[in-house]
Amino acid sequence: MRKLVLAAAFAFPLCGTALAQETVKIGYIDPLSGGGASVGEIGLKTFQYLAEELNAKGGILGKKVEIVPLDNKTNPQESLIQAQKAIDSGVRYLTQGNGSSVAGALSDFVTKYNERNPGKEVLYFNYAAVDPILTNDKCSFAHFRWDANSDIKMEALTNYMKGVPSIKKLYLINQDYSFGESVRTTARAMLKEKRPDIEIVGDEKHPLLKITDFAPYIAKIKASGADTVITGNWGQDFALLLKAAADAGLKVGWYTYYAGGAGGPTAIKQGNLNDQVYTIVEGVANIDHKESVEFEKAFRAKYNGQTFWYPRAANEMRMLALAAEKAKSIEPVKVAAALEGMDFNVFTGGKGFMRKDDHQFFQPMYVAQFGEMKNKEPFDEEKTGWGWKVVAKIDADKTVLPTTCKMTRP
Amino acid sequence: MLELIVISTLNSILFGMLLFLMASGLTVIFSMLGVLNFAHASFYMLGAFFGFQISRWVGFWPALVIAPLLAGLIGAAVERYGLRRVHRNGHVAELLFTFGLAFAIEEVVQIIWGKSPVDFRVPPALDFPAFTIFSTNYPAYKMFMLLASIAIFIALLLVLKRTRIGMIVQAALTHPHMVGHLGHNVGRIFMLVFGVGTALAAVAGVIAGPALVTQSNMAGLLGPILFVVVVVGGLGSLPGAFIASLLIGFVQTFAVSMNGSLSEVFGPLSPAYATTWLSDIWNVTVAQVAPVLPYVLLVLILAFRPMGLLGTRET
Repeated sequence: MRKLVLAAAFAFPLCGTALAQETVKIGYIDPLSGGGASVGEIGLKTFQYLAEELNAKGGILGKKVEIVPLDNKTNPQESLIQAQKAIDSGVRYLTQGNGSSVAGALSDFVTKYNERNPGKEVLYFNYAAVDPILTNDKCSFAHFRWDANSDIKMEALTNYMKGVPSIKKLYLINQDYSFGESVRTTARAMLKEKRPDIEIVGDEKHPLLKITDFAPYIAKIKASGADTVITGNWGQDFALLLKAAADAGLKVGWYTYYAGGAGGPTAIKQGNLNDQVYTIVEGVANIDHKESVEFEKAFRAKYNGQTFWYPRAANEMRMLALAAEKAKSIEPVKVAAALEGMDFNVFTGGKGFMRKDDHQFFQPMYVAQFGEMKNKEPFDEEKTGWGWKVVAKIDADKTVLPTTCKMTRP
Repeated sequence: MLELIVISTLNSILFGMLLFLMASGLTVIFSMLGVLNFAHASFYMLGAFFGFQISRWVGFWPALVIAPLLAGLIGAAVERYGLRRVHRNGHVAELLFTFGLAFAIEEVVQIIWGKSPVDFRVPPALDFPAFTIFSTNYPAYKMFMLLASIAIFIALLLVLKRTRIGMIVQAALTHPHMVGHLGHNVGRIFMLVFGVGTALAAVAGVIAGPALVTQSNMAGLLGPILFVVVVVGGLGSLPGAFIASLLIGFVQTFAVSMNGSLSEVFGPLSPAYATTWLSDIWNVTVAQVAPVLPYVLLVLILAFRPMGLLGTRET
């Protein structure tokens, strides 16, 4: 009996490690409470769905993929605590997207952790934080970004706006943190070059995810006489901004990064802003590409009509599997080496590549417009009866901007 | 410009009146029980969530009555079975009790309704623009919010000034021991006041829920500003809370609409200082600091007039 207990005592921890190696754990760190929760919860479902997809095909190198949800409340400090917790429980891959302030902190944390713990490296896969600094001055070997950074997006957006003569007075409203700051400065710089005749009548910064009523801001936009607004707002801050605009009957053109997010389409429909809202993304539901359309159908069927927001998350997970197979290992350093410079056929069709110099993924980008569906587009959004239409496509090679990254590799 | 002023004035009054609905309950509780109820904003949140749930079952208008009643009952129970026991251990214990209660309520709300915002809609009967000034629509629901807040304010004043129960409550604000010696059941008055106070917060919750966002962190967003109202207005002074609420409504809303910064008033900094931390202070606009202005007001009041604008009792 005593021997048995002893044997068990020794065997159990061994079983534990053996089991841990059977799964590839991916720590998902994003807001699951507070103002960012509506966005974070859908991100979680997305990654779980993609993990199931991989598992159905036999996982990564025969190992099951598991998503570990961790709530950071959109708070950098809380994120580091969650990251440490995840690493302690055997997670070697972290993924996060909401909030460049969080992303900056995480990238720093992971880089330092890897320096202190050689042989136990952790990789950080960024699927949505788009502050350009993360792949420039603050780039890191452990950080990979699948979303186009905000400079790339603004470049594409202003290229489109260049050809819209009705834009005369422009208003900028952004969240007061690193990402919002980078949106407003790049927008100013790029428009000055491409359309010097546009007058910038307002440049607003407001606290991140703290405003419950945007009516005062809308009154100000109205008073400025603006005909167009550029905003990088996301989550609750976008939906509430549009809601207040709809309430006040403000009719302007909106050039956005995240109009497709939770509550956005509903607010646009309520404000009756037919074809007035544009977004710059790496994919929308109505792109004519058989595989992504099939995927969209299955995803919506499973999650009660929820749109598949993150084609880049599909790219991320599929590329992880591919890189692991190429490296014949799930060791993060080997996977990272395999990811560098990898070419990949992206989710919505077309070619993308992971630039080795700064770990920024380049992919075709789309400018899409939201409104009534005229050409029998297959999908609407949030049951509004309105959907996205692609008005411009920019190929991956046309989105390449230079980087200042100087990376130290292990 | 005129348009901005008119719309901002309306927005300020609206926000101010909502603050007052909550602060009135808090200020009465504060002065009678001597306890800063940290969980007060949580009852506002409970009101919003009860309102959401009940309006799903029986519609918005019954919810507007039932939800505050429910929240008020919970409030009364909290006073009777929680606060009163804790009271024996002094004010610090009471404070900590309400502090913990706020977290407990938030957790319960998250368990029941989840962490993301719920879809609390404006009732269809009020979902249209009430009027248009200078081409800006003013939603009917906001008009309703405004009128409801004013109606409740007047009703509250009448109850306090014109009824017997109001006189006893008022007396208890200033001379709690005397009221007890006169043979009134001070315990029951406390319970009643606590229940009514929390119900008032819940009314504000039901009204504000559809217009703002109903989610589990809404108490945290509004909680701190309530204390600013109560302290600036003066402890135990309802008119004080009223003035402070409106003042904060105006300060916040109008600050947002102002673009001025020190650099615009005095001109830009000399290039020698352009990259230092000074330039941050110099270039920050009034609109950017709008969210912290009420707290600046709080600090100023505490420094120069600690009893608040209309307060009578020293802190």
